[in-house]
Amino acid sequence: MDPTIFRLCMTLSAILFTLGVVGVVVRRNAIVLFMCIELMLNAANLAFVGFARYFGSLDGQLFVFFVMAVAAAEVAIGLAIIVVVFRNRETVHVDEMKSLKQ
Amino acid sequence: MQLVLFVLFGLFAVLGGLIVVGNRNPIYSALGLVVALFSISALYVILGAYFVAAVQVIVYAGAIVVLFLFVIMLLNLNDRERLREQFTLRSVIGIVLGLVFVAVTGLTVWAVVHPGTGAAMPLSDVGHTKQVGRLLFSNYLLPFEVTSVILLAGMVGVLVLIRFHGRGHRS
Repeated sequence: MDPTIFRLCMTLSAILFTLGVVGVVVRRNAIVLFMCIELMLNAANLAFVGFARYFGSLDGQLFVFFVMAVAAAEVAIGLAIIVVVFRNRETVHVDEMKSLKQ
Repeated sequence: MQLVLFVLFGLFAVLGGLIVVGNRNPIYSALGLVVALFSISALYVILGAYFVAAVQVIVYAGAIVVLFLFVIMLLNLNDRERLREQFTLRSVIGIVLGLVFVAVTGLTVWAVVHPGTGAAMPLSDVGHTKQVGRLLFSNYLLPFEVTSVILLAGMVGVLVLIRFHGRGHRS
């Protein structure tokens, strides 16, 4: 495989992961925070597929499959938690979620 | 040609990521996420991972983003929520640290990867769905079953959360 594409793949993966981290640090909306986590997971998946292609192995693609399944479960539970918090507190602003009790 | 397409879709993916992070309206963020996910799916095709590309479109763009949009519209966030995001010192620090991280990672990748390393297989041998399935149901059979249990646990967890902890009462 062309090493340039592999380098670009890894750099792009780093850029997307960093966008996700910056989003989690900067944004305060819990739903957008979840989207940024999805972005980070996708960056990791891209790195997996790039490595799988580079080393001529299929195992990386299998890992991507499992990451996607776990991401789907995580999003379902996370959004359910957000909905419950919104019902109790009328906000999705993470700075206002200060106490464990209501 | 491959390189041009890769750079093009990579730029689309970064653009989608920027929309996700930078937009105040969560709906636009979700649509930016769709752009990023489709571009990454195209990158998977270029990298020879056809099965992963199809699953990416079906699972992420088809299920996860729809779930996001559904929750955004269910919660009916008003303008008050939208306008309270502000640019503070924390944002500046986060962006600077992010740029540093990208620079360090990029330099490392470009310094470590040399031409000729890695076992390059011909494209026809990588990414065939048949081989992926064969590997999935032989070497990775146990993780596959565990994945189904994880999905079941997620479904039960969501039902319990919504049923027993909504509206602030316990029963």
